[in-house]
Amino acid sequence: MAKPSRKLHEQSRGNGNRKLALVASKGSLDMAYPPLILANAARMSGIDVEMFFTFWGLDIITKKKMGSLKVATVGNPNMHPSFGIPTLVGAIPGMSALASMMMRKEIADLDFPPVPEFIQLVMDAGANVYGCQMSMDMMNLTEADLVDGATVLGAMEFMELTDGAQVMFV
Amino acid sequence: MTADILDTVAFDDDGYMVDAEAWNKEIGEAIAEALEVDLTDRHWTVIEFARKEFEEKGEPPTLRRITKQTDVDMKEMYQLFPGGPAKIAANIAGLKKPTGCI
Repeated sequence: MAKPSRKLHEQSRGNGNRKLALVASKGSLDMAYPPLILANAARMSGIDVEMFFTFWGLDIITKKKMGSLKVATVGNPNMHPSFGIPTLVGAIPGMSALASMMMRKEIADLDFPPVPEFIQLVMDAGANVYGCQMSMDMMNLTEADLVDGATVLGAMEFMELTDGAQVMFV
Repeated sequence: MTADILDTVAFDDDGYMVDAEAWNKEIGEAIAEALEVDLTDRHWTVIEFARKEFEEKGEPPTLRRITKQTDVDMKEMYQLFPGGPAKIAANIAGLKKPTGCI
């Protein structure tokens, strides 16, 4: 029988010095959530979190895009069974917006926040958020285009920063 | 001295109270001391909310629910209960380990 103790809590979270390096490389609505949920779960478990947003993943932290991420209805074999949209139907204009709206509602029903609020949440929880320098150059973005609190970082700097961390690539 | 109170209480392998009904404020204070958390009124706001939620729903509230339903925001939760706010708050409140991932 274990009594509550600081030591026990530290044991339960890997002696309190675990660090997670999360790389988010995709910017669709469905793929924005896994890195955010994992980052939040890690922070709730006392694990340090460094998040690197690269390529399409940049959309998740780009002010103009983060609120209107879309789920693909064409060429997406994973379409949720309750949507059940065949590719040819998915090609009809407006289908992606409709499916995205439905997915947003399902996410809200589970009490998960919309993407912009979720980013704020993980930053409030202490996760550090970085935009990939090279991807930003390619997309003509500057730090001002990113959500407040995010910083621009090169891949090598991210490697230095995450020395000894566990890595998750999404 | 407060360690004596904890000897009278049953905890599971993760260190959470087996019977939430057996909890009282003195036990909560003793758990907080063991976790090295100095309780303030702000902590009690969270603990009392967690107790109330558990009574109504049978589950400890998620961190998100605590921040939505009380005036304690996310940043403050991490300051009040560093190293795992939902788990540590539930632990002090005498509740089982929370399983919600938000």
